[in-house]
Amino acid sequence: MNLFGTPMLAQSDIPMPESAKVHSGSYWFPDQASAFAPNYDFLYMAILWISVVFFALIVGFMIYFCIKYRRREGVGPEPSSSHNTAIEIFWSVIPSIILVWIFYAGARDYFDMRVPFDDAEEIYVTANQFNWKFVYPDGDVSKELHLVVNRPVKLIMQSEDVLHGMFIPAFRQKMDIVPGRYTYAYLAPNRVGEYRLACTEYCGEGHSRMRTICQVHTTEEDRKNTTKWENEKHVGWVNGERLFSINCSGCHSIDGGVKTGPALNTIWGEKEKLIGGEEIMVDENYVRESILEPNAKIVEGYGPVSKMNSFQGKLNDKEIGYLIDYIRYLKEPDKFPGRDAQAEPTTATAEEAGTAKPEKPAETENSIDTKTEDQDN
Amino acid sequence: MATAAERKKLFGHAENNYLNCTKGIKSWMFTVDHKRIGVMYLIGVTTALFLAGVFALVLRSQLWSYDNTLLTDKMYNQMFTLHGAVMVFAFIIPSIPAALGNFVLPMMLGAKDVAFPRLNLASFYLWIFGTGFLLFAILSGKGLDTGWTFYTPYSIRTDTGVIYATFGAFILGFSSIFTGLNFLVTVNTMRAPGQGWFKMPLFLWGLYSTSIIQVLATPVLGITLLLLIAEKTMHIGIFDPKYGGDPVLFQHFFWFYSHPAVYIMILPGMGVISELIAVYSQKKVFGYSFIAFSSVAIALLGFLVWGHHMFTSGQSVVVTLIFSAITFTVAIPSAVKVFNWLATMYKGSIALTTPMCYALSFIFLFGIGGLTGLFLGALSTDIHLHDTYFVVAHFHFVMVGGTLTALLGGVFHWWPKMFGRMYNDMLGRVSCLLVFLGFNLTFFPQFVMGARGMPRRYASYDPEFQIFHQWSTIGAFVLGVGILLGFGVLVYAAFKGPKISGNPFGAASLEWQSSSPPDFHNFIHKPILCDPYDFGALVYDEELDTYIHREFMEPSEQPEMEPEPQVH
Repeated sequence: MNLFGTPMLAQSDIPMPESAKVHSGSYWFPDQASAFAPNYDFLYMAILWISVVFFALIVGFMIYFCIKYRRREGVGPEPSSSHNTAIEIFWSVIPSIILVWIFYAGARDYFDMRVPFDDAEEIYVTANQFNWKFVYPDGDVSKELHLVVNRPVKLIMQSEDVLHGMFIPAFRQKMDIVPGRYTYAYLAPNRVGEYRLACTEYCGEGHSRMRTICQVHTTEEDRKNTTKWENEKHVGWVNGERLFSINCSGCHSIDGGVKTGPALNTIWGEKEKLIGGEEIMVDENYVRESILEPNAKIVEGYGPVSKMNSFQGKLNDKEIGYLIDYIRYLKEPDKFPGRDAQAEPTTATAEEAGTAKPEKPAETENSIDTKTEDQDN
Repeated sequence: MATAAERKKLFGHAENNYLNCTKGIKSWMFTVDHKRIGVMYLIGVTTALFLAGVFALVLRSQLWSYDNTLLTDKMYNQMFTLHGAVMVFAFIIPSIPAALGNFVLPMMLGAKDVAFPRLNLASFYLWIFGTGFLLFAILSGKGLDTGWTFYTPYSIRTDTGVIYATFGAFILGFSSIFTGLNFLVTVNTMRAPGQGWFKMPLFLWGLYSTSIIQVLATPVLGITLLLLIAEKTMHIGIFDPKYGGDPVLFQHFFWFYSHPAVYIMILPGMGVISELIAVYSQKKVFGYSFIAFSSVAIALLGFLVWGHHMFTSGQSVVVTLIFSAITFTVAIPSAVKVFNWLATMYKGSIALTTPMCYALSFIFLFGIGGLTGLFLGALSTDIHLHDTYFVVAHFHFVMVGGTLTALLGGVFHWWPKMFGRMYNDMLGRVSCLLVFLGFNLTFFPQFVMGARGMPRRYASYDPEFQIFHQWSTIGAFVLGVGILLGFGVLVYAAFKGPKISGNPFGAASLEWQSSSPPDFHNFIHKPILCDPYDFGALVYDEELDTYIHREFMEPSEQPEMEPEPQVH
């Protein structure tokens, strides 16, 4: 429970930062976790108090006049001037001067947020409907944004489909992500913790689900431990799960829930009804084709044109193989090795490994330290 | 000078009037009478308001819970799109100019009709067709899920009814242009002999400024929407990078119209408030020329600030800076109007009737709406607040707290003139109170959650915001009840209210120098031109229970001449 009596969160498919479960900002503000935040908060409060003073004067006079000059039987309006150039110029010029200051203060702080940092770490951001993907200088990839405290960052952002917006309230920073060009945003995290990151430019059906977290780590090592991923160490479906969560989970559920695309938990080996009445068995070729050419075969109810972007050139054959492994695993988890199993150095089939180490997926769901799971409840 | 019998004919309750001079559905469908067209527009925009209001209540019900329980994401997106599109294009833009303006504008000029009566009727039919197309997007089963802004490239890629809706908005644009053009010509050419520009009521200055924007800005929207349709159907690369276009270009085009459109929405409202404050304070408007010129200034400056909708869009830092600076200049004329209204009340004789209550709540709500604009005009604060509920609250305070409140106040003010019957003033004030309380409860929490980072257009949201959303939802229903009550009071009055004479509120502008409801020809006599705020020129006629210009009274009946009660 927080200050305002909000019930605690039940499980949701949106990752919830620990720090945000209990609101720790002030009445008007979220947490302060960026060098930009104090400037913003100061200007906000300054404008607020200027507004309060003006508003109190306006409403005060209004109420006073309504009482003092209320209509009385037999009493007409008192004579008074209907024009006074001096007072009219006075109440035009005084607010103007205040406005110039507000403009100046806003522009000054804005420059701080937009002028490039010299020593910024560059992180590439790719947004698509409805996933975030962050690529770090060392090649690591993650679904959440991981930063190191007091290290300035330049986000180089691109969209694969429509407009998106990158918004981190705790950093007071926001920038649209525009398809067909790169946009940039500078971050100056100065407090360790987990903060919200949300899409703020309406991008379609799952817009409100396009939320993730931004985690600020104490050291580079902490960050590296979170973002590193060595494909070779893991069995195929675990790699597939990670790829799925980064690339596919915005539109496909793994609990049967309806999203932009079909749920993928039980489709392996089943017959899917396509637009036009044809049926097709979900096998390796069908999955591969759907990833590379989403419009080739569209399941009934998801047409007439697929909303999916092609992954041609974005996923290689090996990665598509991992995803196929994962879809098979979702249908028949018992046939696959557990999460902690080491990948065989040779190309042993999953079935052989699976018979050796059967494990139920439910117990392993929460043990992922990479936080890339998609808990769809 | 006129005898008592003549006065009754000229200024009493008229049994034969524009409402019943001809009968039958065709006499309404093919009428070119500005008063009937105004009434039909009023019925039309009220229907649109109810429809979009129901959408709003559905939205608010969905947001009662943080994890959507009522609607799917897709349905929610369609709902907020239709709420916005119907409210903006079918309700708020035509509301005051086309409904109230049509009825009042020619009469304020002492004219018989607008300059182009047939164009006026055409404008109404375009409104019907445009709204029909907009709604066809729903009826076709496809819906519309782009947001009322139709931002590309999503609007080009979605398979919902974007083409119907944009075509509807395109037609509605022409409806708006027709009305604007008509008003411009009417005000320029048909003012009563001797009625100079500065002897017009301020409502006309508001409508005139609005018309300038409608005529100059709306074509840009039309072109933009046609380009969007062309790109969607023929894949010509204009806005979608997939075909070689630029999505930010669409935003420039769109806001080049839609920011001035904000002033199409608010300027007539400000004009209404200038009338109400003056009449119900019985005081000449303070600083007439400042208010008049501030309308024109807002209209012109409004063309130069569209970029403030795009501070985070990726436009260059320099452009952003310039737009921020110009944005602040619009604040001054708006503030000047508020100060002048207050100064008008000073030493007045203030009657807190229903229209005045709405006018006062306008000042309160528009004050908040305007002042919160400062947070959004300043660059660094806008970056955080952009696309959050803070913006939603801000523009609702201006559009609903401002325009809708002004519309309601204006409708209550001119209703007895339109239908010759009086409403229940106490119930009217109760409706005003409910609207005021409900409105604040709906939108004030949205400022707080917006400042704390709640993005707009979210079907589900983080649970910490739930309490604010719940307050907001309760407020929305109170607001709905308030508007319904006001509607009920008015409709009852139109049919069953006590009959009333020509000028019950003691207003000095020309439209009140007529019978209630007015004759088909507006004025049977030649109206006596006087300053629209010279309330000292009116005397009370006990027999008719109404206010009449002094010159119409027999010398024996005239009260002793008092010295001019006002200093000019």
